Amino acid sequence: MKNKAKTVIIGGGIIGLSIAYNLAKLGAEDIVVLEKNYLGSGSTFRCGSGIRQQFGDEANIKMMKRSVELWSRMEEDLGMDVDFRQGGYLFLLYDEDEVRDFKKNVELQNRFGVPSRIITPEEAKEIVPLLNTEGLLSAAWNHTDGKANPFKTVFAYANAAKRLGVDIYEYTEAQNIKVENGSIKEVITNRGKIETRRVINAANGWAKILNKMVGVDIPIEPYKHQGVKTEPIKDGEIKPMVVSFKHDGIYLTQEAEQGGIIGGYGLKYGPTFDITPTYEFLRGVSYRFSQVIPALKYANVIRIWGGYYAETPDGNAAIGRIKEIDEYYIAAGFSGHGFMLAPAVGEMVAEDIIYEKTDKPLWFYDPYRFQRGELRGKAIQMG
Amino acid sequence: MSEKENIIICRCNDVTLKEIEELIEQGITDIEEIKRLTRIGMGPCQGRTCIPIVASIIARKTGKSYDEIGMPATRVPVRPVPMGVLVGDEDEE
Repeated sequence: MKNKAKTVIIGGGIIGLSIAYNLAKLGAEDIVVLEKNYLGSGSTFRCGSGIRQQFGDEANIKMMKRSVELWSRMEEDLGMDVDFRQGGYLFLLYDEDEVRDFKKNVELQNRFGVPSRIITPEEAKEIVPLLNTEGLLSAAWNHTDGKANPFKTVFAYANAAKRLGVDIYEYTEAQNIKVENGSIKEVITNRGKIETRRVINAANGWAKILNKMVGVDIPIEPYKHQGVKTEPIKDGEIKPMVVSFKHDGIYLTQEAEQGGIIGGYGLKYGPTFDITPTYEFLRGVSYRFSQVIPALKYANVIRIWGGYYAETPDGNAAIGRIKEIDEYYIAAGFSGHGFMLAPAVGEMVAEDIIYEKTDKPLWFYDPYRFQRGELRGKAIQMG
Repeated sequence: MSEKENIIICRCNDVTLKEIEELIEQGITDIEEIKRLTRIGMGPCQGRTCIPIVASIIARKTGKSYDEIGMPATRVPVRPVPMGVLVGDEDEE
């Protein structure tokens, strides 16, 4: 292991790896990524795999529009197919309030070039023939949203970063960060010390532990959410991600590679570092899925698993420089949206570090907004 | 080589000996990573058939001990169960 580096990124999930890749692409040298377990083990490999531009605020819409551009050409950029599929996102709307809110969102999304629209229950049923449309008023639909394979994506970013000279150390835990007079001196790991002036906290669920090492307080807390996977069903049955807030934030889709149904709902526990799956979830998710797609009663569940949403008070990440410590940077607290946002976040953070400016809405994710009491509108979040 | 192409290690997801050995040769020797890249152990058998075989392939090719290789987490449910059975006839939720 190197004992000196210009930049140390802590967290080998998709955010840390996307930042590493983008920094190296803009010419930064001598970058190290530390991962305390194996790559993607924290949140990325546990995520629901969805990628959507249907947000309710300008910043997230713009970031996701850029991300989808990058997702679309990821194979060219990173040299590996990551199973990106634009099967769309279908939000099921059951009452007038929901319809009104989503009409507003659709208008905003359209203004920034996202081709979402409100559709009828009949149209929704054409998109997902297995859908139960009872009580459904309408749906919000965007065919350019989609999903990708988190496993392949992590390896694609890691390999592309390595080709650009980034060093990635797995099973290497940052145990302390030494700071003197507001400057970073070194990162102490279980495998030795790395002298560095710049640290990027991309530890998401564990971000607060790193922040504590340097005496910074940003409200990011890990909550346990869970996912479910069924045996494969006939190919192409549920192409989009289907979402319903009336069913406690369920989301479900048919996984592209294997054909099983994956998804989850809004049951959460925490803050906690425990991710043991629960029977409450297994039963709750089966109940809600079979309400929305009755045929799923006959689908065999093969696994459930737990993972974190690293949540902030407004459901938006904290991204940016920490003023009290020279060259300490944070990109964490993605509240369940890290996977989909990662391509644009990596670009934005790299631009900010290398050029000290970016055309992306970095201001929106200002880590100091909590302290100032300027919370953003709650990001649309499911699961 | 063609023989290895025809040896199926994971019957649920049709993963061959060749695919696993190729990953190991690329330097991917962590059973957790092999599992996620190939989907081995993530099908209906949940690794009961294939994971011990994968562990032995890793051991043979890298010289690691079984302790070092470790075992991926076992997930609930123990065997596939239809959602309808989990929900039962109760509608109290």
